[in-house]
Amino acid sequence: MYDFALQRPQSLNEAIEALSAEGAEVLAGGQTLIPTLKNRLASPDVLVSIGGISELQGVSETDGTVSIKAGTTHGVVAATVESYPALASLAGNIGDPAVRNRGTIGGSLANNDPSACYPAAALASNASITTNKRTISASDFFMGLFETSLDEGELITQVDFPVPDAANYQKFDQPASRFALVGVFVAKYGNDVRVAVTGASEDGVFRWSEAESALASNFSSSAIDGLEVDSEGMIEDIHGSKSYRANLVKVMTKRAVAAC
Amino acid sequence: MSDKGIGASSKRREDVRFLSGNGKYTDDINVRGQKYVYFLRSDLAHGKINGIDTGEAASMPGVTGIFTGEDFAEVGGLPCGWQVTDRFGEAMKEPAHPVLAQGKVRHVGDPIAAVVADSLEQARDAAEAINVDMEELPAVIDMKSAVAGGTLVHDELETNLCYDWGFVEENKEAVDEAIKNAHHVTTLELVNNRLIPNAMEPRVAIGDYDASNDESTLYTTSQNPHVIRLLMGAFVLQIPEHKLRVVAPDVGGGFGSKIFHYAEEAFCTLAARKLRVPVKWTASRSEAFISDAHGRDHVTKIELALDGNGMFQAIRTDTYANMGAYLSTFSTSVPTWLHGTLMAGNYKTPLIYVNVKAVFTNTVPVDAYRGAGRPEATFQLERVIDKAARELGMDPIEIRRKNFIQKDEFPYATPVALEYDTGDYVATMDKLQEIADLDGFEARASESRKKGLLRGLGINCYIEACGIAPSNLVGMLGARAGLYESATVRVNATGSITVMTGCHSHGQGHETTFPQVIADMIGISEDQVHIQHGDTSNTPMGMGTYGSRSIAVGGAAMVRATEKIIAKAKKIAAHLMEASAEDIELKDGSFSVVGTDKSVGWGDVCLTAYVPHNYPLDQLEPGLEETAFYDPANFTFPAGAYACEVEVDPETGKVDICSFAATDDFGNVINPMVVDGQVHGGIAQGVGQALREHAVYNEDGQLVSGTYMDYSMPRADDLPSFVVDHSCQTPCTHNPLGVKGCGEAGAIGSPPAVVNAVLDALNKGGYNVSHIDMPLSPSRVWSAING
Repeated sequence: MYDFALQRPQSLNEAIEALSAEGAEVLAGGQTLIPTLKNRLASPDVLVSIGGISELQGVSETDGTVSIKAGTTHGVVAATVESYPALASLAGNIGDPAVRNRGTIGGSLANNDPSACYPAAALASNASITTNKRTISASDFFMGLFETSLDEGELITQVDFPVPDAANYQKFDQPASRFALVGVFVAKYGNDVRVAVTGASEDGVFRWSEAESALASNFSSSAIDGLEVDSEGMIEDIHGSKSYRANLVKVMTKRAVAAC
Repeated sequence: MSDKGIGASSKRREDVRFLSGNGKYTDDINVRGQKYVYFLRSDLAHGKINGIDTGEAASMPGVTGIFTGEDFAEVGGLPCGWQVTDRFGEAMKEPAHPVLAQGKVRHVGDPIAAVVADSLEQARDAAEAINVDMEELPAVIDMKSAVAGGTLVHDELETNLCYDWGFVEENKEAVDEAIKNAHHVTTLELVNNRLIPNAMEPRVAIGDYDASNDESTLYTTSQNPHVIRLLMGAFVLQIPEHKLRVVAPDVGGGFGSKIFHYAEEAFCTLAARKLRVPVKWTASRSEAFISDAHGRDHVTKIELALDGNGMFQAIRTDTYANMGAYLSTFSTSVPTWLHGTLMAGNYKTPLIYVNVKAVFTNTVPVDAYRGAGRPEATFQLERVIDKAARELGMDPIEIRRKNFIQKDEFPYATPVALEYDTGDYVATMDKLQEIADLDGFEARASESRKKGLLRGLGINCYIEACGIAPSNLVGMLGARAGLYESATVRVNATGSITVMTGCHSHGQGHETTFPQVIADMIGISEDQVHIQHGDTSNTPMGMGTYGSRSIAVGGAAMVRATEKIIAKAKKIAAHLMEASAEDIELKDGSFSVVGTDKSVGWGDVCLTAYVPHNYPLDQLEPGLEETAFYDPANFTFPAGAYACEVEVDPETGKVDICSFAATDDFGNVINPMVVDGQVHGGIAQGVGQALREHAVYNEDGQLVSGTYMDYSMPRADDLPSFVVDHSCQTPCTHNPLGVKGCGEAGAIGSPPAVVNAVLDALNKGGYNVSHIDMPLSPSRVWSAING
């Protein structure tokens, strides 16, 4: 990696100030950024590590909402979230223990990798993503591959997940990386069903609205049987064709509903 | 089973240091004053170098020296160790293989320049400032197109065909005739997927030069330091052996990839001489992907002719074997003598003809990888047999049993030049049916169906040839090296023993198993014996470890040297007890005079040899140290039968391995636990090839699966607990231990078992699929199901 200066602010305000400097970038868990730096594919002048900021750590569960501070690792979410088991289970199956002990929810959402797990949970739950400036609905947050509605220098501080009546996440592993080749998160809130799909689309995480409508009137896996997923716009690579991914979206959705 | 010596499951003593973090690997070595080298590697698969400007880079901080191909014009290229003669009697095409690219780059990863600096980061900074004027050329990737003409990887060769090999050429007409007239011919076209070895420890090289003595030392991650010294010293750098020391300390896995002499070794050795500073290189994992020799990569068509009773009549195979851009050290022998000669398998097929076209492409060189040629032979043979059984409505076990070479037919001469000394293929198949509970398959399949899964059973056999030899034969076949092994057994004055072997342990457990043999022969404790290996300055010239040869060849050399020790010790004991040496018996570490109660201990005899106060100095030299070189009379022929059960999810194509059973005949076994471990590791690698691993190049010659994000290694939770058995033992007839070698069997026998199992599952589930190319990834299986 290239040389950089490292700053380790102890408060959110210090972090925001540090990030306003020219050439500064935020370092959360580093599970994407550190390999990028090692491959010399990024050259920040200053890295602002937010790992030491205590106000960005922790999980609280009240009144049907799970609130997770942005710097909370996947390992902590997996081990502590009780009222939203599908979310805890999702966090517990990201990467391996080393990844889960470093990677954070804020980092994952801000990075918006098209194969990451958390965006599916956030979108299916219509989570509220709070930053140092505002609160953004998950429906307005994800803008395509590695793109979000975050402004320059804007930091996620907390994510609030409304706890659904039922939910399940089905992840089909990409064999090498164990990212989601396709992951489907189904969440049911009363008569409202949300189906969020990660790993499949060239535009990143998306909601499968046909499935949502079908499930709203008949919440059973058979409701999906008659639906087809359009393979246009799906990702194609050495691990699967567009039509294979389209098939997986349907299969994983059915399985998620069945497991709810 | 004994509790010590040969046959005991002695705990691996080397694991104490490995598991406690005290192993000493090459990267743990730091030579005072060392500099670091970074190789600027080509990011194009094929390009013409019009010029290299190192001016700006040379002035950057910390830079000691920058080298390009021109700086190495005076040294030799990396040699190929095996000359293959083609069907027409012509020598193979052998292009130059420069240490640093000269004029052209020929694969992504080909080193263009090298920067030596105070730190690796400085070297890398400077490398980025080197300006290479490169003209991109079309990449040659697909083997059949490469042979058809067009762009040349090596212009001076005027072809991309390295050789067109026929074996046995005299059989060709008879084989063609037999296939034309056969009752039934099963044809199968398949790909043996290209693999990246991925040893846990990446390669490292450190060159050091002592100007006061004109002595060079190379520390390197090698399976065979003596071979590297010979190849690099004699062919590349012209440094005589007495001025060149090669040290390969603890090595973290090789699987073949650390047999070969690599450019980085020659570079570090020569740069240290030119710059008069030690030069260290440690590969990054990304570098390993594009600079370690790859494995396999065959495209094959095989035809099996059968009569009306399912008896094999003839086999004809045509293979395109990828050599990559240059000929790596033993690349040319793999698809020929290590592949064609194995096509008989465990069966009595009277007529066999093998054709292999070796092809240059703009990819990383391909060379021996665990099994080397034998997995490629076994895979196509066992796959075509399975397909034939399905076509003829025969049971896959029955068709194999029908065609087995029978126990009373050994020694058995195959139509592809080998003579198998021993074997009992019926016994290993019987054992397999027992340990794999094949009778219970239907019940298990029924349980799988309830879960919506398709269960399949894959069966296959394999034979392999280990401990390639004898030297005079391999010399006739084109080897540019001998294939003996050596050992010096040094008995110390108080009776402990140091064995210096030319073999090299990089996971095999020699430090544990070799002492078991000596302890057994002499009757002393295993911990009295120390194994020394990996340093050309203190071991006798030996050929190293690969091809499952260590115990069969190196162990045999150690036995021969120990026999000399015992013969001399008996003379000393006879002198001490005033008896005749012929009357001396050695048992449990004690020498006695037969028929008397007179005895003298091992320690007393050893001390007498080194403190020869009461000693027959007029008849015997003092001391107790012997060396033996052992050149085997033949290969050894381990064989076995494997069974794999899988569940296939028809909705996703995902394959889960439910169980895997292996029966292997390794002849006599020194340490059953170590042998279990070898088979486990081999099966894991074979499962990796069958289901996961694949080095994929796109048409531009970019390695698409160039990191672990896309190159899928098997993980522990992808695998079941294996059931392995090696109780069926037909000892090798021609080495003193009766051993055969066990290191590669698992990797040879498992890929066809897995693939046969998946196809069995699909066909029993009503999907008429005759073949899927490895790796059987979920998407490939799903695509096969869905047409």
